[in-house]
Amino acid sequence: MEQLAALIAATLSAGTPLLLAGIGLLVNERSGVLNLGAEGMMLIAAAAGFAVGFHTGNPVAGLAAGALAGVLFSLIFSALAIGLATNQYATGLALTLFGAGLSAFAGLAYVGKSVPFKSTFEVPGLSALPFLGTAFFKLHPMVYLALALTGLVAWVLARTRAGLVIRAVGESPESAHAIGYPVRLIRVGAVAFGGACCGLAGAYLSLVYTPLWVEGMVAGRGWIALALTTFATWRPWRIALGAYLFGSVTMIQFALQAEGVEIASQLLSMLPYIATIVVLALISRNPAFIRLNMPASLGKPFHP
Amino acid sequence: MRAVRRTLIHGAALGVALILAACGQEAPKPADKPAEKAAEAPKPPPKPEPLKVAFAYVGPVGDGGWTFAHDTGRKEAEKEFGDRIKTSFVENVPESADAERVIRDMASQGNKLIFGTTFGYMEPMLKVAAEFKDVKFEHATGYKSADNMRAYDVRAYEGAYVAGMIAGKMTKSNTLGFVASIPIPEVIRNINAFTLGAQSTNPKVKTKVVWVNKWFDPGKEAEAATALINGGADVLLQNTDSSAVLQTAEKMGKFAFGWDSDMTAYGPKAHLGSSIINWAPYYKKAIKEALEGSWKVETNWWGMKEGAIDVISLGEMVPAEVKKMAEDKKAEIKDGKFHIWSGPMVDNTGKEVLAKDAKGDDKFIAGIMFYVKGVEGKVPSGK
Amino acid sequence: MPRLEARPAPSPLMGYLAPVLALGLTVVFGTLLFLALGKSPVAGLRVFFVTPLETLRGWSEVGLKMVPLLLCALGLAICYRSNVWNIGAEGQFVVGGIAAGGVALLAGADAPRAYFVIVLAGGIVGGLAWAGVTAFLRDRFNANEILVSLMLTYVGGLLLIYLVNGPWKDPKGFNFPYSKTFDAAAMVPRLFPGTRLTWGIVLAVVVLAAVWLFLARSKAGFRLAVAGHAPLAARFAGFSAREGIWLSLLLCGALAGLAGALEVAGPLGQLTPQISPGYGFAAIIVAWLGRLHPGGCVFAAFVMALIYIGGELSQSRLGLPAAITGVFQGMLLLALLTADTFIHYRVRWR
Repeated sequence: MEQLAALIAATLSAGTPLLLAGIGLLVNERSGVLNLGAEGMMLIAAAAGFAVGFHTGNPVAGLAAGALAGVLFSLIFSALAIGLATNQYATGLALTLFGAGLSAFAGLAYVGKSVPFKSTFEVPGLSALPFLGTAFFKLHPMVYLALALTGLVAWVLARTRAGLVIRAVGESPESAHAIGYPVRLIRVGAVAFGGACCGLAGAYLSLVYTPLWVEGMVAGRGWIALALTTFATWRPWRIALGAYLFGSVTMIQFALQAEGVEIASQLLSMLPYIATIVVLALISRNPAFIRLNMPASLGKPFHP
Repeated sequence: MRAVRRTLIHGAALGVALILAACGQEAPKPADKPAEKAAEAPKPPPKPEPLKVAFAYVGPVGDGGWTFAHDTGRKEAEKEFGDRIKTSFVENVPESADAERVIRDMASQGNKLIFGTTFGYMEPMLKVAAEFKDVKFEHATGYKSADNMRAYDVRAYEGAYVAGMIAGKMTKSNTLGFVASIPIPEVIRNINAFTLGAQSTNPKVKTKVVWVNKWFDPGKEAEAATALINGGADVLLQNTDSSAVLQTAEKMGKFAFGWDSDMTAYGPKAHLGSSIINWAPYYKKAIKEALEGSWKVETNWWGMKEGAIDVISLGEMVPAEVKKMAEDKKAEIKDGKFHIWSGPMVDNTGKEVLAKDAKGDDKFIAGIMFYVKGVEGKVPSGK
Repeated sequence: MPRLEARPAPSPLMGYLAPVLALGLTVVFGTLLFLALGKSPVAGLRVFFVTPLETLRGWSEVGLKMVPLLLCALGLAICYRSNVWNIGAEGQFVVGGIAAGGVALLAGADAPRAYFVIVLAGGIVGGLAWAGVTAFLRDRFNANEILVSLMLTYVGGLLLIYLVNGPWKDPKGFNFPYSKTFDAAAMVPRLFPGTRLTWGIVLAVVVLAAVWLFLARSKAGFRLAVAGHAPLAARFAGFSAREGIWLSLLLCGALAGLAGALEVAGPLGQLTPQISPGYGFAAIIVAWLGRLHPGGCVFAAFVMALIYIGGELSQSRLGLPAAITGVFQGMLLLALLTADTFIHYRVRWR
């Protein structure tokens, strides 16, 4: 039982960076912009967040710096893909290349350094509960923050005027423009939000999850987060579901290995990816389900 | 359409140029190498030209692990020989078809001694070595050699054994955890050595292994460590490249070791010690031989005796008598009194792999593809 | 905020000026970058654009690097033209390499010289099958191809690691995760002795011409484009979107698989845990940079190959860290994309 609780806790921690980045990219994509630069933004933010955390000794400052770095980096993307209507796929990929290189270069001085932050947390009162305490109430505040953010995004998109405008811009930028909305500005904002969330996710990796900086440390999580938005059919709570599903399958395959299950570890390592495909295939069978949600103008440039 | 046509012309021109270039390659092939020599020859020799030494690294020098350790060795060698040598390196060279090009370019640039620091460069280095007879090639962790190419490696398992001895004394659950990278013999050897060391101080110990199938992914390494700790392990060792395992142990209140370099700073409360690799002595030796002309083909497998492997920075929580025990064992390994691979030794299916009083030689050690008794599970893709 | 205005037709003048502008931007930013690093900008730019092409061997290496980039990019261009968002060419490349390697390992010493043809066919089938999984899931289950093709890329990579660690490991290889080296008959013949360039580049040129004809002249190519751009119109005309999904993905898989086969049966000569340094991903940039046109892809593949090799040379010649090459490559690509804008748009300030 205690082991199961620990597994749940580990899953929640592992899913958090994916959730953070995924929820940002969701807003990003709901406005009709596909930013394949997620990996690059996360790397830049991981380096910047670690550097600030290291110098200030303050993890909150580090996380904020990561988010800021993500925003700044996303502006490069916006300037090109939204301002100059360059191809979004190619621009995003070029940004990933750029971010990987820049973070490696800028972060060189921080390799081998560590940040002595508090690493255990307890929700007062609840952490002592049997089972539930270990499973849910001894996690880093960012885990809860990510969930709160998901709720906020779900509410804003579904219930507020701002959400309506973002969705309208993603569905039909031409009509939104005709009504008088500043389509490109709204898109820049949505991309910046995506950058901020990817930045938080990157800084979470370098400050909380594995408090260190080494180049390439995001190791493909930006790509997984991008895939999650599709998996979730652009719905916020399904991002959380996808992120935790992915996290749990990853943890379960490690747990199976630790228990000495005699299946080749490479085949076990495939599980998270295969599970994602299978679940996607199952939930996608109803075509209406996807079509209703996919932003119609996703990936297409717009110029007024 | 015009714009498109322009690129077409580009394309056609390129195609023609390529074909011309390729055709031209046929005729001047013998002239190829003299031209390269000519490029480096005409320099007035007021003092001897520095020996050019090149390193091909598989990872970034900022990985804080494997490549970082090699680059530290390179820098120390440069310090030692001053302006008698000139070193350069190319990092992030994938073990794909690119390696051959990078290594050939190093040779054609006048480097006379070239180090390739990962197993995957073996075949490419062999191919280039056959072309550049006057260049000496050094290949880390491989087994093939040529007239001008030799292999070198370190006995990292000696460090793993000493770490195991400490782990055996420190564990309360009698369960150790090992975060493993890619199932090559070296890693399996280290898992076994760690377990054997632990069993020498605590016969009840067993080891759980989790493979991440990557050399480097701090997140995955941390997740694997978490899974091991959740499964009951309370002392961890890793054969991966980052400090994430140690940090996870620190977070979860367990013990772990540093690997490849001193990792004390990453988890002072969890850090029992670091098993480190020091490449500098070997790089100094090889460069010295190349400078003096005494370089010859041999296999160098260096360990504690040569100063290539050490276990350092033992933590404060390690009791004094355990520290002393570790130091004593290091001394025994150094002067050859103690041999880790001594019979009787059985694998974890109960099969005898070394008879009583038998000692495993280097060939035995190189071919270890089984888990010793006490390691749980099955060697990935072992028969 | 500046406003873009679509030109009625792409500007011929900008068509010529765009590459110059991109080069200019790269030179400006490159100069700043190299100055900031305390290196001579001339030497820095030279190492990226001139040094790789100074020798015949240099040209052959650029050509060798272009082949996989071009083949994958051609396949991706077909997909993107039909609105099929395949980003898994990397996985299709790897599985193609796996299948080709599997065939090559069966060769035996007495195999006829033409055996390599079967090896290449194996690669094509492998890539085809892997892309076929994506097509099937998209067609049958409506599963988004971006996600499926990306996830299958990870699975393909792990499959390769599994095979070279297990069933296909060289029994004489001291347990290292490598297959045995292929017999000579399984290898694609070298085009010219002394270089690593194989007949693969000739094959790539043939494929290039074929894809070109297919897209520009064939009925199926036309239907793909229509189905991609105007699915509704296509349906009225009796073209099926399903056909587009299957055709474009299978073609892309076949081409990427062929590229994988050429790589393992060419410069590699054995299966290793890493047969691609990311060709399938880089090819996405190549495809878009080449504006999804076969001829454009040649140009883009050339540029990509050049800056990859230039990146290595900048380390060994100038002692620059590998990280800088990433920065420089990203910058060059962003400059090219920026310049491209002005062919189709005019900027108005207001």
